[in-house]
Amino acid sequence: MSASPIDLARPAARARPGLPRLSALPRPRLSLRLISPLVLLALWQITSSTGVLPERLLPSPATVAGTAVTLTADGTLIDAVTVSLQRAVIGFLAGAVAGLALALVAGLSRTGEGIVDPPMQMLRALPLFGLIPLFILWFGIGEIPKVILVAFGVLFPIYLNTYSGIRGVDARLAEVGQVLRLGRAALIRHIVLPGALPQTLVGLRQSLGVAWLALIVAEQVNASKGLGFMINDAREFLRIDIVVLGLLVYAILGLTTDALVRLLERRALSWRRGLVAT
Amino acid sequence: MATRTGGDVTGTVAEATGAAGSEDAASVVRTRGLTKKFGARTVLDGVDLDIERGEFVALLGRSGSGKSTLLRLLAGLDRDSTGDLHVDGTVSVAFQEPRLVPWKRVLDNVTLGLRGSDPVAAAERALAEVELTERRDRWPLTLSGGEAQRVSLARALVRNPDLLLLDEPFSALDALTRINVHRLVLDLWARHRPGVLLVTHDVDEALLLADRVLVLDGGRIAHQSTVGLPRPRAREDRELIELRSVLLARLGVTLEGTT
Repeated sequence: MSASPIDLARPAARARPGLPRLSALPRPRLSLRLISPLVLLALWQITSSTGVLPERLLPSPATVAGTAVTLTADGTLIDAVTVSLQRAVIGFLAGAVAGLALALVAGLSRTGEGIVDPPMQMLRALPLFGLIPLFILWFGIGEIPKVILVAFGVLFPIYLNTYSGIRGVDARLAEVGQVLRLGRAALIRHIVLPGALPQTLVGLRQSLGVAWLALIVAEQVNASKGLGFMINDAREFLRIDIVVLGLLVYAILGLTTDALVRLLERRALSWRRGLVAT
Repeated sequence: MATRTGGDVTGTVAEATGAAGSEDAASVVRTRGLTKKFGARTVLDGVDLDIERGEFVALLGRSGSGKSTLLRLLAGLDRDSTGDLHVDGTVSVAFQEPRLVPWKRVLDNVTLGLRGSDPVAAAERALAEVELTERRDRWPLTLSGGEAQRVSLARALVRNPDLLLLDEPFSALDALTRINVHRLVLDLWARHRPGVLLVTHDVDEALLLADRVLVLDGGRIAHQSTVGLPRPRAREDRELIELRSVLLARLGVTLEGTT
């Protein structure tokens, strides 16, 4: 009882979960939402087939699809995706773990905040892609600089959001924990971490965007395998169809990870959904 | 009532479990000269308060009179007071807002931090007492205000407190719900017999529920009335009406006057 409670700042103005949000408005049916992309795709194919859109600037969807089949069959595409995915996953995990750990240190104690937050705020101001030359000098052109660049990009969104999530935990709930005589560990587990989770998930989504972006840039600058290499290599031979295919694969990977996080959000934050149900 | 200890006794804040240190085994709260300052502002200025086990005490005061501060000191939520403060036994608090943990289902809110051989069974009994058994698996945000406040009471009572602190827990409820929850609180109190300190600004509520009504003014207990009437009490009771005008006057409200 004599141990001082975790010093949580007073709740800042946060989004009230009780208020209806724009995203909660009924969305048009899926079939309806499919129409405009399909029309665009059809337009693309028609303009290509009629020669309005020259094949040497942008190949038709059919050409790109054919290339996809060929490259999948000979294993090129699978290999490239595997390598890129591996870099993204390792870099993401390293950055996320480091970001979470630092956020916990900074969020849960004033001393930790004093030590961790200032350098994080300073490093955050460094331009991510400006670091590439430095990373190449330090780590060469192998896998390490790419993974580190991804990790570095992921670190900050996770750190900043988790940290502010912890600080934003309702101080009144922390008092409840105190009154219920939760120990420090139980308070963190039952009140602080779940309270910070919504914000952490926001950080997770942001960081996934950054992760893919960092990977693409890193792979463009130097790589001997991976999606970026595939694209660069294709450029040398003016294989625009492969370039377009590579971009589409990046997009699909990005959308997939985003969907995974959204699924995670829906499950982890189901206590909020109750609001909508009433 | 009790004599003040002379001078400023520097904080001997004891929250002993068991009877050690307390002269009177029946009292759960005993303060002498309890003083609390926020900066230069003295919020509590020598409060002498005794609450006995099983006694229902209401604390009235205008806003800013320090009544919530006194409750928070007793709950251990505020510190750095001077004077004597003894709280004997376990303490539970029900706050003005129910303060349920929104990411824990109703039952998990009640068992949170609960020790003992079978916390779930105890929590289920507590929920049954507040007639919310069928809400055990709901998310708190789906409950009505009255239901949430009843869960909050269940969470407080499941710990078998020796002292139950109620910080205006009825003020956010609509009038009809409030009547029901009043009755429920009296029921639960009669069954478990904790000492109760109810902080409120509602004179009627204090008179309907409490054995003793205190008025906090200028940081000290300026007045106290004992209410000897059997429960359930009726607002129209002559004695209550008389007590009400006395207390209102003490709170600076004159019924005939302009303000």
